[in-house]
Amino acid sequence: MFRPRPDAMPATVPVIVEGRLVHVPPGASAAAAVLAAGFRGIRETPVSGSKRAPYCMMGVCFDCLAEIDGVPGRQSCMVEAQAGMRIRRQIGARSIDPTP
Amino acid sequence: MERFDAIVVGGGLVGSAIAFGLGRAGLATALVDEGDVAFRASRGNFGLVWVQSKGDGAPHYQRWTRRSAEEWPELAAELLDRTGIAVGHRRPGGLHLCLGADELDERRRRMERMQRQSGNFGFEYRMLERDELAGMLPGIGPAVSGASWTPYDGHANPLALLHALHKGFVEKGGRYLPNTTVHEAAAAPCDFRISAANGDIAAPRVVLAAGLGNAGLAPLFALDAPVRPQRGQILVTERARPLLGLPTTTIRQTVEGTIMLGDSQEDVGFDTGQKPAVMQAIARRAVLSLPWLRDLQIVRAWAALRVMPPDGLPIYDQSERFPGAFTANCHSGVTLAAAHANLFAPMIAAGGLDPSLDLFSARRFDVPTAS
Repeated sequence: MFRPRPDAMPATVPVIVEGRLVHVPPGASAAAAVLAAGFRGIRETPVSGSKRAPYCMMGVCFDCLAEIDGVPGRQSCMVEAQAGMRIRRQIGARSIDPTP
Repeated sequence: MERFDAIVVGGGLVGSAIAFGLGRAGLATALVDEGDVAFRASRGNFGLVWVQSKGDGAPHYQRWTRRSAEEWPELAAELLDRTGIAVGHRRPGGLHLCLGADELDERRRRMERMQRQSGNFGFEYRMLERDELAGMLPGIGPAVSGASWTPYDGHANPLALLHALHKGFVEKGGRYLPNTTVHEAAAAPCDFRISAANGDIAAPRVVLAAGLGNAGLAPLFALDAPVRPQRGQILVTERARPLLGLPTTTIRQTVEGTIMLGDSQEDVGFDTGQKPAVMQAIARRAVLSLPWLRDLQIVRAWAALRVMPPDGLPIYDQSERFPGAFTANCHSGVTLAAAHANLFAPMIAAGGLDPSLDLFSARRFDVPTAS
């Protein structure tokens, strides 16, 4: 659905989205990596389970929530992709382990 | 001049619950709502249907609160049936968490006192030690010394409740008049006129339920409603999978999964601002209680003004000079919604407050009359 602009920097940063290796340009967000990996949706809402994709890309809409390096519920549009970063989609409400 | 059987001034939880009850009783009712210039305590509620902390030294308040909690399932079912809106009411009992030995001792004494004061009405509670508490709430922090528990407590979605009361009121033929600030009124026994945005309205009954606005409105009807604002702040986390099976006084998980953290009691006049120091104190106590809350992100926070009578107890009154004029004031619009719709409104429809509400009259602040 999304293609990099022709003038974009070369995609040199390797990240893993749902187990799939994808390269993004330096400075790209984790949300951009999800889109570059070809996923149409990034999360499913906690209440109705409907699919959502990154939308505002500027930290406002909270529709890009993802699990990044094991931390769920992060706004992936606000996180810069780092080499080796592991990104997973957020399906439903986050689970949390109450044991200390 | 349009005539009604009753006019309710105030479209928040107190006013809309009363209007809902009056409409159900068959009265042609107008609900006058100020608009978003109002302080709107009903938009800032925490959402507890809370019994266990209410009425120490005032057993009539404990009884009234308890009766409301008992009416709540019926009101929630009726609202769902009539409006299709689920207000998310649950009544699993509730906890008051204590940090440190002193808080637990103080709580134990308070609960003992309230049980003594309850007389034949009774007051069921238990003090829970840490190990028993650990079976009810996951991951309690080392600072938690114990908790009090009663079976009476519960919670609901206050915005859904407000929506459902309005919808149910209008669908039963009630007239909702928004964006109407009441500046002037003419009062005579069983004959009241109020200037509304689109002309005057009149009715033989008027109920003042305008929250903090009641303080200024009540004297127009020879009533007294000495309410003042008390600020409360709330933090809301992102949604999480269900973890909290029952609410505590300051932490509850909604049906949708968000965890709400309260609260504060601040005397700052009509200031609805948020203060980082207060938000920090709320977060700190929440994390001391349940350390795993530390990992959840706060996604919303707000402040609102409680409608606070001088002694914290509701004020219900009827005007002696102008029969037919009533006032209802409280800071527990969610908890008491069922009492207002199912118990209080029928009294107004019948023409007068039940003697059981005498103790809630504002005459209790009038020392020369009481002595």
